[in-house]
Amino acid sequence: MSEADSNALGLAKKDYAGAKSTLCLGCGHDQITREIIEAAFHSGVDPFNVVKTSGIGCSSKTPAYFIAQGYGINSVHGRMPSVATGANCANRHLVTLGVSGDGDTASIGMGQFCHAVRRNTDMVYIVENNGVYGLTKGQFSATSEKGVRKKGGDVNEFAEIDLCAVAVELGCGFVARSFSGDAKQMVALIRAAIQHEGFALIDCISPCVTFNNLSDSPRGFDWLREHNLKLHEVGFVPEYEAQSVDQIPGKTLRVDMPDGSYISLSALDESIHDPTDIQAARRVLERDRLDKGHVYTGLIYYNPKSEPLHEVLHLGDKPLSLLDESELRPGRQAFDGILQAYT
Amino acid sequence: MSPTVVNDFTVTVATVNGSGSASSNTILAKTVFRMGVPVTPKNLFPSNIAGLPTWFLIRVSEKGYQARTGTHEVVIALNAETVAKDAASVRKGGVLIVDEKIAGGITRDDIAVHKVPFAELVKPFAPDPRLRKLLANMIYVGVATDLLGLDRETVMKVVADQFAGREKIVKLNQEVVKVGLEYSRDTFDAAKCPFKVESRDLTRDKLFIEGNAAAALGALMGGCTFVGWYPITPSSSVCEELIHLAKEHRVVGGDHRFAAVQAEDELASLGLVLGAGWAGARAMTATAGPGISLMAEFAGFGYYAEIPAVVMDIQRVGPSTGMPTRTQQCDVSSCLNLSHGDTGHIVLLPGGIDEIYEQSQQAFDLAERYQTPVFLLSDLDMGMNYWMAERFAYPERPFDRGKVLDAEQLAQVKAFARYKDVDGDGIPYRTLPGTHHALAPYFTRGSGHTETAAYTEDSDEYQKVVDRIKRKIDGSVRDTPAPIHEGDPDCDVGVLHYGSTRFAVEEARDMLAADGIATKAMRVRALPLHAEVVEFVQSCRVVYVVEQNRDGQMADIVRLKVPGSAGLIKKVLYYAGMPLSATTVVEQITADQREPSHV
Repeated sequence: MSEADSNALGLAKKDYAGAKSTLCLGCGHDQITREIIEAAFHSGVDPFNVVKTSGIGCSSKTPAYFIAQGYGINSVHGRMPSVATGANCANRHLVTLGVSGDGDTASIGMGQFCHAVRRNTDMVYIVENNGVYGLTKGQFSATSEKGVRKKGGDVNEFAEIDLCAVAVELGCGFVARSFSGDAKQMVALIRAAIQHEGFALIDCISPCVTFNNLSDSPRGFDWLREHNLKLHEVGFVPEYEAQSVDQIPGKTLRVDMPDGSYISLSALDESIHDPTDIQAARRVLERDRLDKGHVYTGLIYYNPKSEPLHEVLHLGDKPLSLLDESELRPGRQAFDGILQAYT
Repeated sequence: MSPTVVNDFTVTVATVNGSGSASSNTILAKTVFRMGVPVTPKNLFPSNIAGLPTWFLIRVSEKGYQARTGTHEVVIALNAETVAKDAASVRKGGVLIVDEKIAGGITRDDIAVHKVPFAELVKPFAPDPRLRKLLANMIYVGVATDLLGLDRETVMKVVADQFAGREKIVKLNQEVVKVGLEYSRDTFDAAKCPFKVESRDLTRDKLFIEGNAAAALGALMGGCTFVGWYPITPSSSVCEELIHLAKEHRVVGGDHRFAAVQAEDELASLGLVLGAGWAGARAMTATAGPGISLMAEFAGFGYYAEIPAVVMDIQRVGPSTGMPTRTQQCDVSSCLNLSHGDTGHIVLLPGGIDEIYEQSQQAFDLAERYQTPVFLLSDLDMGMNYWMAERFAYPERPFDRGKVLDAEQLAQVKAFARYKDVDGDGIPYRTLPGTHHALAPYFTRGSGHTETAAYTEDSDEYQKVVDRIKRKIDGSVRDTPAPIHEGDPDCDVGVLHYGSTRFAVEEARDMLAADGIATKAMRVRALPLHAEVVEFVQSCRVVYVVEQNRDGQMADIVRLKVPGSAGLIKKVLYYAGMPLSATTVVEQITADQREPSHV
């Protein structure tokens, strides 16, 4: 096996594979599955430390399709954030990869999504956003734009919820939007999201080939390929490679991460969107909202100083799951002291 | 003058919610306790922060009875709104201590009426009217101390303990108690008060503690490391006390050996707990009926995906919002079968505060041993009131972490199938996320799955798993607390009860026996029911199932379990929201004994 075929742990890409997908042929979600595998492989994530969490829906089936050597939990509809948060508290060393959909997050799971952002659970949270409920055969979801037409002619009557905008306003430290068909951008974003300590949202537009892929649909492949307006070209350089890369060619913004890794953002026109500037992030989101002709993708907002939940809770190095009686039970004297208050 | 009644009466304090009488009431109760006399206080409070009427009962019982009596021998009336009713409630020959400002309409001549100028007496101590109102409560502590013959030194010590660490407040309160006491001595003749507390030695080695505090301490000692919760009456103090204890006893070198997350709702509470339990933490939540309803979907997920969790339900009056500060045992059937589909849970039914402490530890062992949510049912009466309890034992046994395979053990086995019954007890083996072994990883799901945790829609594979889970839960009787037998086994009149109902039933059986009605009893402590319950029912001519709900939820569970028992099981029910009294039980059983009802 050549060096390029194995990662820092000596694992091959196939060690990150999962079961065969049962989604429709050509589904955007399967692209994301491949991108997760690619990212985990290149970042040398230890599969045994991976926890894959999801709710219910087409997107939520996908954790079975990547990293079979990780631990999966496909929970209940819209409630994956609480399950992921609990697991993360039990063992803070787990790498939590959450996969959700637009129905699972923006409707039934909106509350849990907001609160996981607020608590800053250390996890990657990918929304595979196709604007429709696939498993129940094509109803509009809350991320679908008002006025959009779907197969059969139905028109969506309600305005969409922009999950990135919600996340930014709730103080999320890592907010990105991407397109499942842009593997290069997605892999870089997933790698950076894994490295980020805290809640990292990637709202990934992922077309539903069966129910929402009309040529004029802003969630369709054709439209996205033509109207994807990239904020920048995203690259991720891990800490162990960061030393050897000293000069970044061209007009590039280097965004340092606390562990020594960095995100490189290369300009595609005269300006580079700086994700560490929250006002700039808000402007991008506002432009995206008003400009019906484009979807803006890239790293929208990044705050390297966000404090993850396990730090807020002062969790120690040894996972809660491994503590035993001697570490958890107060001694006899302390016990007698507690009882004293009740005599 | 009526004959003196020693150590057998109830003092009722009628005040306004939010007026700060809780400290005074606790001081009175604790003083009796410290005098070695069994005492049981009950706070009957409204769902309100301030303004509505509230009553506090202090039952003094040398015999150790702890249920509400329903009678009021000594009443302290401070609430203008309810004074007429409170004066009328005093038992003939009883004593009324009343604020003179509201005593105008009292005309009873069959009780002793002691009018006390509360406001005037506290005036010198507090120019601030708010403080004056708070301190007025200490006046009745003093008056009661004099009239009932409470030990003065003990009262002062209890006041000091109540406000420990705040010396000025201790001194001020002690002075006001003294003023009340001296006023009473100068104005009334304590010798004429027929109700007296005399010191005994009956509470040594006993605790005086609320059920919710006992549950929290049990969780701490039982190794709970994660609590996900949402505030709801009457359960909030379980989690608050647990967090308080954990901050005190689980912080080492700045590292917290516990995590507490206040959730956005009860759905998230149980989601958090299941996530933590799945990843290997001993995790719990505490809630009440409305929270249980919200947890339904996750409860089924925990059951089917086989994830340990402890859910404490401090029951209150339902349905819907019901009466949030009143007590019932109304969640038995909903917890037993919580969630859609065929679901059946392990339910623990502690009867008394020491059992709450024991079972809240054991719940974590059971949850991990059986890899399933375990429901521990307490109620508002036990949870939020102080009770006497046997001194809690320091746990000697190690935690039972159940069948968990680590990397070393996996190296010894050829295969691992998450949902396979290897030992014939229906309990599979599990691994924890983060285990470094190629056999360990598996995929947990609430959808149909095979023994190897793979997705399936195959009929046989599906049935194999759900049938095994049923066997597993049924088998939990091996480890859940067995029912307690009481009375002569040859007696054929049975009384079946559980939880806080115990206190009224124990007293009621003594009363019935005195009336010539002999009974035997069985106290159920867990569901699924143990075989002894079936034997008990079959050994009786009639079984009275006593419980605090409208429908007789346990009676129905027992009827389904015991073939042919429908005709011999009779429901003795009380569901009005107050703690159950022995007389309620006696009246219903006596009536049926005289003229058997048709079921």
